[in-house]
Amino acid sequence: MSDAMHDFTLTVNGQAYAIRVEARRTLADALREDCGLTGTHLGCEHGVCGACTVLMDGQPVRACLLFAVQAEGRAIRTVEGLAEGGALNPLQRAFAENHALQCGYCTPGFLMLGTAILETDPSISDEALVEALSSNLCRCTGYANIARAIRAAADAMSTEGAT
Amino acid sequence: MKPAPFRYHAPRTEAEALSLLAALAPEEGRVIAGGQSLVPAMALRIARPSHLVDINNVAGFDRLAVEDGWLRVGPLVRHAALGEGAVPGPLGRLLEAVRGHIAHLPIRTRGTVCGSLANADPASEWCLLATTLGARFHARSLRGERVIEADAFFGGFMTTALAPDEILVELRLPVLSDAARTGFHEFSRRAGDFAQAAALAVLELREGVIAAPRLGLGAVEDRPRRLREAEALLAGRAPSEALFHEAAATARTGLVPMDEDPYRLDLAETVIRRALSAAAGMPAP
Ligand SMILES: Cc1cc2nc3c(=O)[nH]c(=O)nc-3n(C[C@H](O)[C@H](O)[C@H](O)COP(=O)(O)OP(=O)(O)OC[C@H]3O[C@@H](n4cnc5c(N)ncnc54)[C@H](O)[C@@H]3O)c2cc1C
Ligand code: FES
Ligand code: FES
Repeated sequence: MSDAMHDFTLTVNGQAYAIRVEARRTLADALREDCGLTGTHLGCEHGVCGACTVLMDGQPVRACLLFAVQAEGRAIRTVEGLAEGGALNPLQRAFAENHALQCGYCTPGFLMLGTAILETDPSISDEALVEALSSNLCRCTGYANIARAIRAAADAMSTEGAT
Repeated sequence: MKPAPFRYHAPRTEAEALSLLAALAPEEGRVIAGGQSLVPAMALRIARPSHLVDINNVAGFDRLAVEDGWLRVGPLVRHAALGEGAVPGPLGRLLEAVRGHIAHLPIRTRGTVCGSLANADPASEWCLLATTLGARFHARSLRGERVIEADAFFGGFMTTALAPDEILVELRLPVLSDAARTGFHEFSRRAGDFAQAAALAVLELREGVIAAPRLGLGAVEDRPRRLREAEALLAGRAPSEALFHEAAATARTGLVPMDEDPYRLDLAETVIRRALSAAAGMPAP
């Protein structure tokens, strides 16, 4: 089997990365190894844990279940793109303030999942929020503080929007 | 946990996809749709395709339309696309309810309905739904198109009637009548996880008795099954807890579960009774 290389551009957080990878390179590995963006974490590498969650054209996806070649021409967003001018964004601040992380391994995935939730359904019901968060695994926090942080960020953003 | 090497092809038209698959299927070439079952299998090296024909860029494959009494679902209709009023009537509400049991948000944005059917996991909710409703499967290859009926599509554990060079180009689901009442019940250990047992009931109530019942069971046997004996028992009878007990007991006797655990059969009876009660508008037993 010849492992032909693919040359293409990945667009991550609005920036272009020219990369050269095998077809079997997952998007998660390409982000980490070829773009040097190690914020996206890998837990299970088979779709179960959600640590690798990123946004593709605004939708949350498992970066370990996509090949990098499939992301050519799509807009990828990762945890590195959240902070605004070096300052934590409202969701990141809410995670810190609500103690929504301990070891932090799962945090990039939860932040990107939370970003998708806030952008698509900012007034999500508690029940739907818990269901949505069941997508990702956290071994430390027990999830309650993660749900609280996302709710707090939604509230903060709606008062900001109202003023 | 890294997939083995393969060659990647990204056709833009159906004709191109079919020619690529015809040429590559004999060399272990496979279709990739959402990749939400295939890529995990490749990471675990359970699957080692030598070529992947990626259908994600094929024009028109995302079609979803109601026509002549059928809902036509193209190969790129994602699980996520079947939410919030995408399809009208009782069928649309059923699809939305069932979709809620499939995996999680970031998997539903990629995984496809047709991919689930081609994958034929015994616990797949779409496989159960297609079997119970009597779906039609349209398969196409360079050799032409054929229509496979629901009873003939699933051949056993993760096995279908599709040939290696065929693409499932459309699932057709019969539109349900406005009088149709549906009940779906699934038992799984964690939210979004695969079912241990799942049942779907579709029926009408005419003058207090059950008409046109359809009942299906998934995740217990090696493929979803329509429970025709139980259906025959239900037709023309007034819904009651006792009747649903009888139907579930009748269904149980004919089952060949994937494991010998009697717990599986108890679960089967429970999900059948709960699906029927939900369809009849009765409280969960
Ligand atoms: C964590 C996790 C939880 C999950 N939970 C559930 C669950 O609860 N219920 C459930 O049903 N599924 C679940 N899934 C699987 C998910 O629904 C998949 O999306 C689905 O099984 C396969 O669809 P796909 O489009 O991703 O197919 P792929 O992974 O791309 O392909 C699967 C197989 O089908 C073939 N194929 C795909 N499309 C076609 C086509 N149009 N014609 C011919 N062959 C085709 C491929 O060659 C491959 O063999 C889960 C997945 C994960 C990762
Ligand atoms: S690393 Fe992708 S889901 Fe676990
Ligand atoms: S904070 Fe440690 S895994 Fe979530």
